[in-house]
Amino acid sequence: MTESSLFGGLAVVFLAAILTNNILLSKFLGMCSFIAISRNMRTAVGMGIAVTFVTLFTAMINYLIYYGVLVPGAPLCAADLTFLTFLIFIMMIAGFVQLVEMFLERFIPLLYFNLGIFLPLITVNCAILGVNLLMIDPDRHFGFAQTAAYALGSGLGYLLAICLMAGIRQRLAQADIPRPLRGLGITVIITGLMAMAFMGFTGMVDL
Amino acid sequence: MIYLQAIGVMAVIGGALAVLLLLADRFLCNYGPCQVRINEEEPFTVQGGGKLLDALYDRRIFIPSACGGQGTCGFCKVQVLEGGGPVLPTELPFLEETELTAGTRLACQVKIRDDIRIRVKEEFLHIQEFRSEVVTATMVTPDTREIHLRLIEPAEIDFRPGQYVQVFVPGTRDKTFRAYSIASPPSRRDAVELLVRLIPGGLGSGYLHRVQPGEEVRFTGPYGEFQLDPGMELVCIGGGCGMAPMRSILRHVAEETPDRKAWLFFGARTAEQVMYHSDFASLAERAQGLEVHYALSEPESSPDWTGETGFIHESADRFLKDGEGKQVFLCGPPPMIKAAIEVLTAKGIPRERIFYDEF
Repeated sequence: MTESSLFGGLAVVFLAAILTNNILLSKFLGMCSFIAISRNMRTAVGMGIAVTFVTLFTAMINYLIYYGVLVPGAPLCAADLTFLTFLIFIMMIAGFVQLVEMFLERFIPLLYFNLGIFLPLITVNCAILGVNLLMIDPDRHFGFAQTAAYALGSGLGYLLAICLMAGIRQRLAQADIPRPLRGLGITVIITGLMAMAFMGFTGMVDL
Repeated sequence: MIYLQAIGVMAVIGGALAVLLLLADRFLCNYGPCQVRINEEEPFTVQGGGKLLDALYDRRIFIPSACGGQGTCGFCKVQVLEGGGPVLPTELPFLEETELTAGTRLACQVKIRDDIRIRVKEEFLHIQEFRSEVVTATMVTPDTREIHLRLIEPAEIDFRPGQYVQVFVPGTRDKTFRAYSIASPPSRRDAVELLVRLIPGGLGSGYLHRVQPGEEVRFTGPYGEFQLDPGMELVCIGGGCGMAPMRSILRHVAEETPDRKAWLFFGARTAEQVMYHSDFASLAERAQGLEVHYALSEPESSPDWTGETGFIHESADRFLKDGEGKQVFLCGPPPMIKAAIEVLTAKGIPRERIFYDEF
């Protein structure tokens, strides 16, 4: 990739991760927190920011571990240890979330009280593990910068989706929904409709 | 060879993470000594970073907490006058507007980060920890066990009928407590009787169904705000496993004021689940005011049953004429409580005279 197209390439990956390949609406990962936390806008924003932050940093750390240690012929360990990918990624994500939580609680209490309670929730969020695993998809040939762009985009995509949902659900609170569909039912239907709407972005940018 | 490398890599990365977390725990979560002042009395010092609820337990102040500090029961309310940080979103569902302005918090969600000044209800300060010994344990239905506990230390307990204790469940990592109503009348001061229905996979009920006579059981108590109003008629409605407090309340009433008008409505699904039917029948002979009704909601499986059928709130609806001068104690599953409250308010009993224990 030449210098001039590098920025363009990153922008494509970034936009694709938000819109066409939205981790939530195209892969349906991270649904549990998406549905549980999207009741009001404030908590939805908090959750979205927490996911974005953790996704970005864990993806970068795991990228370094994956290409530094796990792949065959890696600089730190030549053997093929890719079968450890899942274990190590999960361990890193969990450890990182714990560290961030302690750090925030001590030094940025204001942020901790607004965001902190979401951190334990996303330790096992499948959207984050999903991004971590998709970035090493051999078809994509992501470099470090592209991985960061992809992770940031995916996190923001999650933030976008959960905020849209929170907005819709705040309006739905006043709506007269048929009794059997109240709560989860209508939420899942709306998620499906949102996913279809997001399909409209297809072809705009592509990974 | 490759497996050795794999193990090595896992060990290095896992070890590094563990060391990092330990360091963080050591340096980031260390808030130094903090002073806790309760009800304007002499403050005491605790190591900062822990939960307020745990600090109070260590000082042998037993705030009620049915969920064991998970933040799901909302019982462990204390007033935080100073320190303690902002109210967490996890607490909001349990706090009313007036409580929020008064500084009420859930003790299990408050972390001690700096000096803190709190107010604890006077009655919580009288709650003690008891050591007791299982005397007898018998099954009263296929899944409910009646357990008699003789107090060892302290030797006597003072409680009101309708109150409950929190039994310590040993063998768990955290301090796990589970709440059970006292089934014995307060006149028995040296012992406590519990009725425990076995819940598959349940920590507390599993433990209390395992203990054998002679073993030690620890509990704290008494908890609960129910107060008998001597000037009123008493209506008790229980379902499923909600029998224990009724046993305490109605035996107390029969001992103290046998002429007082009282009703017991007890709903079970099948005849197998009916407990203490003959006990209450003989109690009703001695206590003139007591009227006992049992009903089965699934009578088709119990062909020998000759008593009432249908849901228990329907029986209450049939046999109670009006709500004049009545006090109500409800104990049972949430749908029963909800249905019973509807029936009783329709009869004109105000909500503040309806007390319920839901589980």
